[in-house]
Amino acid sequence: MGHEWDFAFLLEQRQFILRGLMGTLYLSLTCIGAGVALGLVFATARLSSFAPLRLIGTCYVEFFRNIPALVQIFWCYFALPILTGMQPSVFIAAATAISLYAGAYLTEILRSGIQSIEMGQWEAARAMGFGYFGQMRYVVLPQALRNVVPPLTNQIMEIVKTTTVASTIAYGEILYSAKLLSDQEFRPIETYTAVGLFFIVALTLLSFASNLLERRLRCYG
Amino acid sequence: MDEVLRVENLHKHFGALHVLRGIDLAVRKSETIVIIGASGSGKSTLLRCLNFLEMPNEGRITMEGKLVGRETRKPGVMSYSTRELNALRARVGMVFQQFNLFPHMTVEGNVMIGPMKLRGMSEAAARKLAEENLQRVGILEKAKEYPARLSGGQQQRVAIARALAMEPSMMLFDEATSALDPELVGEVLLSMRRLSDEGMTMLVVTHELGFAYNVADRVIFIENGQVHEEGTPQEVLLNPKQERTREFLRSHTLFRLPEAAS
Repeated sequence: MGHEWDFAFLLEQRQFILRGLMGTLYLSLTCIGAGVALGLVFATARLSSFAPLRLIGTCYVEFFRNIPALVQIFWCYFALPILTGMQPSVFIAAATAISLYAGAYLTEILRSGIQSIEMGQWEAARAMGFGYFGQMRYVVLPQALRNVVPPLTNQIMEIVKTTTVASTIAYGEILYSAKLLSDQEFRPIETYTAVGLFFIVALTLLSFASNLLERRLRCYG
Repeated sequence: MDEVLRVENLHKHFGALHVLRGIDLAVRKSETIVIIGASGSGKSTLLRCLNFLEMPNEGRITMEGKLVGRETRKPGVMSYSTRELNALRARVGMVFQQFNLFPHMTVEGNVMIGPMKLRGMSEAAARKLAEENLQRVGILEKAKEYPARLSGGQQQRVAIARALAMEPSMMLFDEATSALDPELVGEVLLSMRRLSDEGMTMLVVTHELGFAYNVADRVIFIENGQVHEEGTPQEVLLNPKQERTREFLRSHTLFRLPEAAS
Protein backbone atom coordinates (compact mmCIF):
# COMPACT_ATOMS: atom_id res chain seq x y z
CA MET A 1 0.00 0.00 0.00
CA GLY A 2 2.44 2.63 -1.12
CA HIS A 3 0.17 5.66 -0.93
CA GLU A 4 2.02 8.91 -1.18
CA TRP A 5 0.35 11.40 1.12
CA ASP A 6 0.00 14.82 -0.40
CA PHE A 7 -2.02 17.54 1.28
CA ALA A 8 -0.72 20.35 -0.92
CA PHE A 9 -3.88 20.57 -3.07
CA LEU A 10 -5.89 21.41 0.03
CA LEU A 11 -3.92 24.61 0.41
CA GLU A 12 -4.49 25.53 -3.21
CA GLN A 13 -8.23 25.02 -2.75
CA ARG A 14 -8.36 26.90 0.53
CA GLN A 15 -11.04 29.35 -0.68
CA PHE A 16 -13.27 26.43 -1.51
CA ILE A 17 -12.58 24.71 1.82
CA LEU A 18 -13.15 27.92 3.70
CA ARG A 19 -16.59 28.22 2.18
CA GLY A 20 -17.37 24.73 3.49
CA LEU A 21 -16.06 25.66 6.93
CA MET A 22 -18.26 28.72 6.98
CA GLY A 23 -21.22 26.55 5.99
CA THR A 24 -20.54 24.20 8.91
CA LEU A 25 -20.08 27.10 11.29
CA TYR A 26 -23.23 28.87 10.13
CA LEU A 27 -25.41 25.78 10.34
CA SER A 28 -23.93 24.74 13.71
CA LEU A 29 -24.51 28.11 15.34
CA THR A 30 -28.06 28.30 14.01
CA CYS A 31 -28.89 24.81 15.26
CA ILE A 32 -27.25 25.39 18.66
CA GLY A 33 -29.13 28.66 19.14
CA ALA A 34 -32.47 27.33 17.96
CA GLY A 35 -31.94 24.03 19.77
CA VAL A 36 -31.24 25.72 23.11
CA ALA A 37 -34.25 27.99 22.65
CA LEU A 38 -36.47 24.99 21.85
CA GLY A 39 -34.93 23.14 24.79
CA LEU A 40 -35.76 25.97 27.19
CA VAL A 41 -39.33 26.25 25.98
CA PHE A 42 -40.04 22.53 26.12
CA ALA A 43 -38.14 21.94 29.38
CA THR A 44 -40.35 24.61 30.95
CA ALA A 45 -43.39 22.91 29.44
CA ARG A 46 -42.32 19.53 30.80
CA LEU A 47 -42.00 21.01 34.30
CA SER A 48 -45.28 22.89 34.14
CA SER A 49 -47.95 22.27 36.75
CA PHE A 50 -50.45 22.32 33.86
CA ALA A 51 -50.85 18.73 32.60
CA PRO A 52 -51.57 19.50 28.91
CA LEU A 53 -48.32 21.49 28.68
CA ARG A 54 -46.40 18.60 30.21
CA LEU A 55 -47.95 16.28 27.63
CA ILE A 56 -46.92 18.58 24.78
CA GLY A 57 -43.35 18.64 26.13
CA THR A 58 -43.21 14.86 26.42
CA CYS A 59 -44.65 14.35 22.93
CA TYR A 60 -42.09 16.74 21.44
CA VAL A 61 -39.18 14.93 23.07
CA GLU A 62 -40.36 11.42 22.23
CA PHE A 63 -41.20 12.37 18.64
CA PHE A 64 -38.07 14.19 17.56
CA ARG A 65 -35.59 12.29 19.69
CA ASN A 66 -36.58 8.96 18.18
CA ILE A 67 -36.40 9.79 14.49
CA PRO A 68 -32.88 9.64 13.02
CA ALA A 69 -31.56 13.09 12.06
CA LEU A 70 -31.00 11.93 8.45
CA VAL A 71 -34.64 10.85 8.15
CA GLN A 72 -35.83 14.21 9.49
CA ILE A 73 -33.69 16.09 7.00
CA PHE A 74 -34.98 13.98 4.09
CA TRP A 75 -38.52 14.47 5.34
CA CYS A 76 -38.14 18.25 5.56
CA TYR A 77 -36.46 18.48 2.17
CA PHE A 78 -38.26 15.86 0.07
CA ALA A 79 -41.58 15.09 1.79
CA LEU A 80 -42.67 18.42 3.23
CA PRO A 81 -42.63 20.28 -0.14
CA ILE A 82 -45.03 17.73 -1.63
CA LEU A 83 -47.42 18.23 1.29
CA THR A 84 -47.20 22.01 1.44
CA GLY A 85 -46.23 22.92 -2.10
CA MET A 86 -43.32 25.03 -0.77
CA GLN A 87 -39.74 23.96 -1.29
CA PRO A 88 -37.46 25.04 1.58
CA SER A 89 -33.85 25.88 0.79
CA VAL A 90 -31.29 23.26 1.77
CA PHE A 91 -30.19 25.46 4.65
CA ILE A 92 -33.74 25.92 6.01
CA ALA A 93 -34.48 22.21 5.68
CA ALA A 94 -31.26 21.16 7.39
CA ALA A 95 -31.46 23.81 10.13
CA THR A 96 -35.09 22.98 10.92
CA ALA A 97 -34.51 19.24 11.09
CA ILE A 98 -31.29 19.37 13.12
CA SER A 99 -32.65 22.05 15.51
CA LEU A 100 -35.78 20.03 16.26
CA TYR A 101 -33.70 16.90 16.70
CA ALA A 102 -31.14 18.54 18.98
CA GLY A 103 -33.85 20.49 20.82
CA ALA A 104 -35.37 17.23 22.02
CA TYR A 105 -32.10 16.20 23.66
CA LEU A 106 -31.50 19.71 25.00
CA THR A 107 -34.98 19.70 26.54
CA GLU A 108 -34.04 16.73 28.66
CA ILE A 109 -30.66 18.19 29.65
CA LEU A 110 -32.17 21.53 30.66
CA ARG A 111 -35.05 19.86 32.46
CA SER A 112 -32.65 17.84 34.60
CA GLY A 113 -30.65 21.01 35.28
CA ILE A 114 -33.69 22.97 36.37
CA GLN A 115 -34.85 20.08 38.54
CA SER A 116 -31.46 19.97 40.25
CA ILE A 117 -32.19 23.34 41.86
CA GLU A 118 -33.83 23.00 45.25
CA MET A 119 -37.32 24.32 45.92
CA GLY A 120 -35.90 26.76 48.47
CA GLN A 121 -34.31 28.80 45.68
CA TRP A 122 -37.63 29.22 43.88
CA GLU A 123 -39.30 30.02 47.17
CA ALA A 124 -36.76 32.62 48.24
CA ALA A 125 -37.20 34.42 44.91
CA ARG A 126 -40.97 34.13 45.06
CA ALA A 127 -41.01 35.45 48.63
CA MET A 128 -39.12 38.54 47.41
CA GLY A 129 -41.85 39.24 44.87
CA PHE A 130 -40.39 37.73 41.70
CA GLY A 131 -42.92 36.18 39.32
CA TYR A 132 -42.27 32.92 37.49
CA PHE A 133 -40.05 34.47 34.81
CA GLY A 134 -38.04 36.46 37.33
CA GLN A 135 -37.47 33.37 39.45
CA MET A 136 -36.36 31.47 36.36
CA ARG A 137 -34.28 34.21 34.79
CA TYR A 138 -32.34 35.50 37.80
CA VAL A 139 -32.24 32.61 40.23
CA VAL A 140 -32.92 29.15 38.81
CA LEU A 141 -31.61 29.22 35.24
CA PRO A 142 -28.13 30.63 35.99
CA GLN A 143 -27.60 27.85 38.52
CA ALA A 144 -29.22 25.18 36.35
CA LEU A 145 -26.99 26.03 33.38
CA ARG A 146 -23.92 25.87 35.58
CA ASN A 147 -24.94 22.38 36.68
CA VAL A 148 -25.36 21.10 33.13
CA VAL A 149 -22.22 22.46 31.45
CA PRO A 150 -20.76 18.96 30.83
CA PRO A 151 -23.85 17.34 29.24
CA LEU A 152 -24.60 20.60 27.44
CA THR A 153 -21.11 20.58 25.92
CA ASN A 154 -21.58 16.96 24.85
CA GLN A 155 -24.80 17.84 23.09
CA ILE A 156 -23.33 20.88 21.37
CA MET A 157 -20.46 18.72 20.06
CA GLU A 158 -23.06 16.25 18.85
CA ILE A 159 -24.89 19.03 16.99
CA VAL A 160 -21.70 20.19 15.26
CA LYS A 161 -21.04 16.64 14.05
CA THR A 162 -24.66 16.10 13.00
CA THR A 163 -24.42 19.07 10.59
CA THR A 164 -22.39 16.79 8.26
CA VAL A 165 -25.65 14.97 7.56
CA ALA A 166 -26.77 18.09 5.67
CA SER A 167 -24.26 17.17 2.94
CA THR A 168 -26.76 14.54 1.79
CA ILE A 169 -29.10 17.24 0.50
CA ALA A 170 -26.14 19.17 -0.97
CA TYR A 171 -25.89 21.88 1.68
CA GLY A 172 -22.41 23.38 1.30
CA GLU A 173 -20.78 22.47 4.59
CA ILE A 174 -17.35 20.97 5.15
CA LEU A 175 -18.15 17.36 4.25
CA TYR A 176 -19.93 18.40 1.06
CA SER A 177 -16.95 20.54 0.02
CA ALA A 178 -14.65 17.62 0.80
CA LYS A 179 -16.69 15.24 -1.30
CA LEU A 180 -16.59 17.56 -4.32
CA LEU A 181 -12.90 18.17 -3.84
CA SER A 182 -12.04 14.51 -3.45
CA ASP A 183 -13.99 13.61 -6.61
CA GLN A 184 -12.19 16.32 -8.53
CA GLU A 185 -8.68 15.58 -7.27
CA PHE A 186 -9.04 11.80 -6.87
CA ARG A 187 -7.66 12.10 -3.36
CA PRO A 188 -10.27 10.74 -0.92
CA ILE A 189 -7.66 9.66 1.63
CA GLU A 190 -6.24 13.13 2.21
CA THR A 191 -9.58 14.93 1.94
CA TYR A 192 -11.52 12.81 4.42
CA THR A 193 -8.54 12.61 6.75
CA ALA A 194 -8.46 16.40 6.72
CA VAL A 195 -12.20 16.55 7.50
CA GLY A 196 -11.69 14.17 10.43
CA LEU A 197 -8.76 16.24 11.69
CA PHE A 198 -10.80 19.42 11.40
CA PHE A 199 -13.51 18.01 13.67
CA ILE A 200 -10.94 16.71 16.16
CA VAL A 201 -9.31 20.11 16.41
CA ALA A 202 -12.55 22.14 16.53
CA LEU A 203 -14.27 19.92 19.08
CA THR A 204 -11.20 19.57 21.27
CA LEU A 205 -11.03 23.35 21.45
CA LEU A 206 -14.72 23.42 22.33
CA SER A 207 -14.36 20.90 25.14
CA PHE A 208 -11.27 22.75 26.38
CA ALA A 209 -13.29 25.96 26.56
CA SER A 210 -16.08 24.12 28.35
CA ASN A 211 -13.66 22.74 30.97
CA LEU A 212 -12.33 26.23 31.52
CA LEU A 213 -15.84 27.57 31.94
CA GLU A 214 -16.72 24.78 34.36
CA ARG A 215 -13.70 25.54 36.50
CA ARG A 216 -14.41 29.26 36.52
CA LEU A 217 -18.01 28.71 37.53
CA ARG A 218 -17.03 26.36 40.32
CA CYS A 219 -15.00 28.89 42.28
CA TYR A 220 -18.10 30.22 43.99
CA GLY A 221 -19.83 26.86 44.48
CA MET B 1 -52.97 53.38 60.25
CA ASP B 2 -51.89 51.29 63.15
CA GLU B 3 -52.67 47.78 62.00
CA VAL B 4 -50.28 46.14 59.53
CA LEU B 5 -51.94 42.76 59.25
CA ARG B 6 -55.30 41.25 60.12
CA VAL B 7 -56.09 37.58 59.67
CA GLU B 8 -59.63 36.30 60.03
CA ASN B 9 -60.72 32.69 60.25
CA LEU B 10 -57.80 31.31 58.24
CA HIS B 11 -58.03 27.68 57.14
CA LYS B 12 -55.51 25.53 55.29
CA HIS B 13 -55.87 21.93 54.20
CA PHE B 14 -53.23 19.65 52.75
CA GLY B 15 -55.47 17.01 51.21
CA ALA B 16 -57.31 15.39 54.10
CA LEU B 17 -55.07 17.10 56.65
CA HIS B 18 -56.65 20.18 58.22
CA VAL B 19 -53.54 22.14 59.27
CA LEU B 20 -54.96 25.57 60.10
CA ARG B 21 -58.40 25.54 61.71
CA GLY B 22 -59.58 29.09 61.87
CA ILE B 23 -56.76 31.40 62.90
CA ASP B 24 -57.52 35.00 63.91
CA LEU B 25 -54.65 37.40 64.37
CA ALA B 26 -54.03 41.13 64.31
CA VAL B 27 -50.55 42.64 64.11
CA ARG B 28 -49.98 46.29 64.97
CA LYS B 29 -47.18 48.38 63.51
CA SER B 30 -43.79 47.88 65.22
CA GLU B 31 -45.06 44.89 67.13
CA THR B 32 -42.96 41.75 67.52
CA ILE B 33 -45.05 38.63 67.84
CA VAL B 34 -43.47 35.27 68.60
CA ILE B 35 -45.37 32.16 67.57
CA ILE B 36 -44.55 28.97 69.47
CA GLY B 37 -45.94 25.49 69.29
CA ALA B 38 -45.03 21.87 68.72
CA SER B 39 -43.85 20.50 65.37
CA GLY B 40 -46.83 19.99 63.10
CA SER B 41 -48.99 22.43 65.05
CA GLY B 42 -49.27 24.64 61.96
CA LYS B 43 -47.08 27.58 62.97
CA SER B 44 -44.85 27.47 59.87
CA THR B 45 -47.87 26.94 57.63
CA LEU B 46 -49.48 30.03 59.17
CA LEU B 47 -46.40 32.11 58.35
CA ARG B 48 -46.25 30.73 54.79
CA CYS B 49 -49.92 31.56 54.26
CA LEU B 50 -49.28 35.18 55.21
CA ASN B 51 -47.11 35.78 52.14
CA PHE B 52 -48.97 33.19 50.09
CA LEU B 53 -46.16 30.69 49.65
CA GLU B 54 -49.04 28.45 50.66
CA MET B 55 -52.50 29.36 49.46
CA PRO B 56 -55.05 29.59 52.27
CA ASN B 57 -58.21 27.62 51.52
CA GLU B 58 -60.44 29.95 53.48
CA GLY B 59 -60.20 33.18 55.41
CA ARG B 60 -59.51 36.86 54.91
CA ILE B 61 -56.11 38.49 55.09
CA THR B 62 -55.91 42.27 55.27
CA MET B 63 -52.52 43.89 54.65
CA GLU B 64 -52.10 47.55 55.63
CA GLY B 65 -55.85 48.09 55.59
CA LYS B 66 -56.35 46.49 52.19
CA LEU B 67 -58.14 43.17 51.80
CA VAL B 68 -56.02 40.72 49.80
CA GLY B 69 -57.82 38.96 46.94
CA ARG B 70 -61.46 39.07 45.99
CA GLU B 71 -64.45 37.39 47.55
CA THR B 72 -65.82 34.46 45.59
CA ARG B 73 -69.36 33.16 45.72
CA LYS B 74 -68.42 30.72 48.47
CA PRO B 75 -68.34 32.60 51.76
CA GLY B 76 -64.81 33.06 53.15
CA VAL B 77 -63.11 31.67 50.05
CA MET B 78 -61.00 34.23 48.19
CA SER B 79 -59.48 34.31 44.73
CA TYR B 80 -56.10 35.94 44.24
CA SER B 81 -54.37 37.39 41.20
CA THR B 82 -50.73 36.49 40.63
CA ARG B 83 -49.87 40.13 40.16
CA GLU B 84 -51.41 41.16 43.46
CA LEU B 85 -49.59 38.37 45.30
CA ASN B 86 -46.21 39.28 43.77
CA ALA B 87 -46.71 42.89 44.84
CA LEU B 88 -47.70 41.77 48.33
CA ARG B 89 -44.69 39.46 48.68
CA ALA B 90 -42.40 42.35 47.83
CA ARG B 91 -43.79 44.18 50.87
CA VAL B 92 -43.43 41.21 53.24
CA GLY B 93 -39.88 40.07 53.99
CA MET B 94 -39.31 36.40 54.70
CA VAL B 95 -36.37 34.65 56.33
CA PHE B 96 -36.18 30.87 55.97
CA GLN B 97 -34.80 28.12 58.16
CA GLN B 98 -32.40 27.10 55.37
CA PHE B 99 -31.33 30.70 54.47
CA ASN B 100 -31.86 30.05 50.75
CA LEU B 101 -29.26 32.58 49.64
CA PHE B 102 -28.57 32.58 45.91
CA PRO B 103 -25.21 30.75 45.64
CA HIS B 104 -24.31 32.20 42.24
CA MET B 105 -24.36 35.79 43.49
CA THR B 106 -22.09 37.55 45.93
CA VAL B 107 -23.46 38.61 49.30
CA GLU B 108 -23.93 42.08 47.90
CA GLY B 109 -25.53 40.70 44.74
CA ASN B 110 -28.04 38.76 46.83
CA VAL B 111 -29.13 41.95 48.54
CA MET B 112 -29.11 44.06 45.35
CA ILE B 113 -31.10 41.82 43.02
CA GLY B 114 -34.52 42.53 44.54
CA PRO B 115 -34.26 46.33 44.63
CA MET B 116 -32.79 46.39 41.09
CA LYS B 117 -35.15 43.99 39.35
CA LEU B 118 -38.32 44.53 41.35
CA ARG B 119 -38.10 48.13 42.46
CA GLY B 120 -36.32 49.43 39.37
CA MET B 121 -33.41 50.83 41.36
CA SER B 122 -30.15 51.74 39.64
CA GLU B 123 -27.11 49.59 40.38
CA ALA B 124 -25.45 52.38 42.35
CA ALA B 125 -28.51 53.05 44.48
CA ALA B 126 -29.03 49.34 45.07
CA ARG B 127 -25.39 48.96 46.13
CA LYS B 128 -25.75 51.77 48.62
CA LEU B 129 -28.95 50.24 49.97
CA ALA B 130 -27.23 46.84 50.22
CA GLU B 131 -24.35 48.35 52.16
CA GLU B 132 -26.73 50.02 54.61
CA ASN B 133 -28.60 46.80 55.24
CA LEU B 134 -25.51 44.63 55.47
CA GLN B 135 -24.23 47.14 58.01
CA ARG B 136 -27.49 46.77 59.92
CA VAL B 137 -26.86 43.06 60.46
CA GLY B 138 -23.14 43.62 60.97
CA ILE B 139 -21.80 41.78 57.94
CA LEU B 140 -20.72 44.51 55.54
CA GLU B 141 -17.13 43.21 55.45
CA LYS B 142 -18.33 40.09 53.59
CA ALA B 143 -20.10 42.03 50.83
CA LYS B 144 -17.88 40.70 48.02
CA GLU B 145 -17.80 37.07 49.19
CA TYR B 146 -19.94 34.25 47.85
CA PRO B 147 -22.41 32.69 50.32
CA ALA B 148 -20.58 29.33 50.31
CA ARG B 149 -17.64 30.96 52.09
CA LEU B 150 -19.79 32.14 55.01
CA SER B 151 -20.84 30.40 58.21
CA GLY B 152 -24.50 29.55 58.73
CA GLY B 153 -24.99 32.49 61.09
CA GLN B 154 -23.42 34.89 58.60
CA GLN B 155 -25.54 33.48 55.77
CA GLN B 156 -28.70 33.94 57.79
CA ARG B 157 -27.80 37.55 58.56
CA VAL B 158 -27.27 38.15 54.83
CA ALA B 159 -30.71 36.63 54.24
CA ILE B 160 -32.13 39.13 56.73
CA ALA B 161 -30.38 41.99 54.92
CA ARG B 162 -31.71 40.71 51.59
CA ALA B 163 -35.27 40.84 52.92
CA LEU B 164 -34.71 44.26 54.53
CA ALA B 165 -33.45 45.75 51.27
CA MET B 166 -36.97 45.41 49.88
CA GLU B 167 -38.00 47.81 52.68
CA PRO B 168 -40.86 45.58 53.77
CA SER B 169 -43.67 46.69 56.04
CA MET B 170 -43.44 43.40 57.91
CA MET B 171 -40.87 40.62 58.38
CA LEU B 172 -41.60 36.92 58.79
CA PHE B 173 -39.02 34.63 60.40
CA ASP B 174 -39.62 30.92 59.87
CA GLU B 175 -37.44 29.12 62.42
CA ALA B 176 -34.53 31.30 61.37
CA THR B 177 -32.11 29.74 63.85
CA SER B 178 -33.20 26.09 63.79
CA ALA B 179 -30.60 25.01 61.22
CA LEU B 180 -27.70 26.75 62.96
CA ASP B 181 -24.92 25.39 65.15
CA PRO B 182 -25.71 26.36 68.76
CA GLU B 183 -22.84 28.85 68.93
CA LEU B 184 -24.10 30.71 65.84
CA VAL B 185 -27.65 31.15 67.09
CA GLY B 186 -26.83 34.17 69.25
CA GLU B 187 -25.57 36.46 66.47
CA VAL B 188 -28.74 35.92 64.43
CA LEU B 189 -31.05 36.44 67.42
CA LEU B 190 -29.13 39.61 68.24
CA SER B 191 -29.69 40.98 64.72
CA MET B 192 -33.37 40.14 65.04
CA ARG B 193 -33.57 41.85 68.41
CA ARG B 194 -31.99 45.02 66.96
CA LEU B 195 -34.58 45.03 64.21
CA SER B 196 -37.34 44.69 66.75
CA ASP B 197 -35.86 47.56 68.76
CA GLU B 198 -35.72 49.69 65.59
CA GLY B 199 -39.47 49.26 65.33
CA MET B 200 -39.76 46.65 62.58
CA THR B 201 -43.05 44.75 62.59
CA MET B 202 -42.09 41.10 63.04
CA LEU B 203 -43.75 37.72 63.16
CA VAL B 204 -41.31 35.15 64.48
CA VAL B 205 -41.76 31.39 64.55
CA THR B 206 -39.09 30.00 66.84
CA HIS B 207 -38.20 27.47 69.51
CA GLU B 208 -36.02 30.00 71.31
CA LEU B 209 -38.15 30.69 74.34
CA GLY B 210 -35.53 33.03 75.79
CA PHE B 211 -35.82 35.21 72.70
CA ALA B 212 -39.60 35.10 72.97
CA TYR B 213 -39.46 36.17 76.60
CA ASN B 214 -36.99 39.01 76.06
CA VAL B 215 -38.05 40.41 72.69
CA ALA B 216 -41.70 39.62 72.01
CA ASP B 217 -44.50 42.06 72.70
CA ARG B 218 -46.92 39.19 72.41
CA VAL B 219 -46.55 35.42 72.38
CA ILE B 220 -48.97 33.12 70.60
CA PHE B 221 -49.11 29.42 71.36
CA ILE B 222 -50.49 27.43 68.46
CA GLU B 223 -51.84 23.95 68.96
CA ASN B 224 -53.64 21.79 66.46
CA GLY B 225 -54.04 24.62 63.95
CA GLN B 226 -55.65 27.05 66.36
CA VAL B 227 -54.51 29.88 68.62
CA HIS B 228 -54.52 28.02 71.92
CA GLU B 229 -53.20 30.77 74.15
CA GLU B 230 -52.14 34.35 73.57
CA GLY B 231 -50.73 37.13 75.72
CA THR B 232 -47.64 38.93 76.93
CA PRO B 233 -44.47 36.84 77.33
CA GLN B 234 -44.95 36.92 81.11
CA GLU B 235 -48.49 35.59 80.80
CA VAL B 236 -47.90 32.87 78.24
CA LEU B 237 -44.39 31.74 79.13
CA LEU B 238 -44.40 32.13 82.91
CA ASN B 239 -48.06 31.82 83.92
CA PRO B 240 -49.77 29.82 81.18
CA LYS B 241 -53.47 29.27 81.74
CA GLN B 242 -53.89 26.27 79.47
CA GLU B 243 -52.71 22.81 80.47
CA ARG B 244 -51.40 22.07 76.93
CA THR B 245 -49.27 25.24 77.03
CA ARG B 246 -47.82 24.22 80.40
CA GLU B 247 -47.01 20.76 79.04
CA PHE B 248 -45.29 22.26 75.97
CA LEU B 249 -43.23 24.65 78.09
CA ARG B 250 -42.23 21.89 80.54
CA SER B 251 -40.86 19.74 77.73
CA HIS B 252 -38.84 22.73 76.49
CA THR B 253 -37.33 23.54 79.88
CA LEU B 254 -36.74 20.05 81.18
CA PHE B 255 -33.00 20.56 81.55
CA ARG B 256 -31.62 23.92 82.60
CA LEU B 257 -28.32 25.22 83.86
CA PRO B 258 -28.41 26.48 87.43
CA GLU B 259 -27.74 30.22 87.89
CA ALA B 260 -24.01 30.72 88.52
CA ALA B 261 -23.24 32.19 91.93
CA SER B 262 -21.85 35.67 91.38
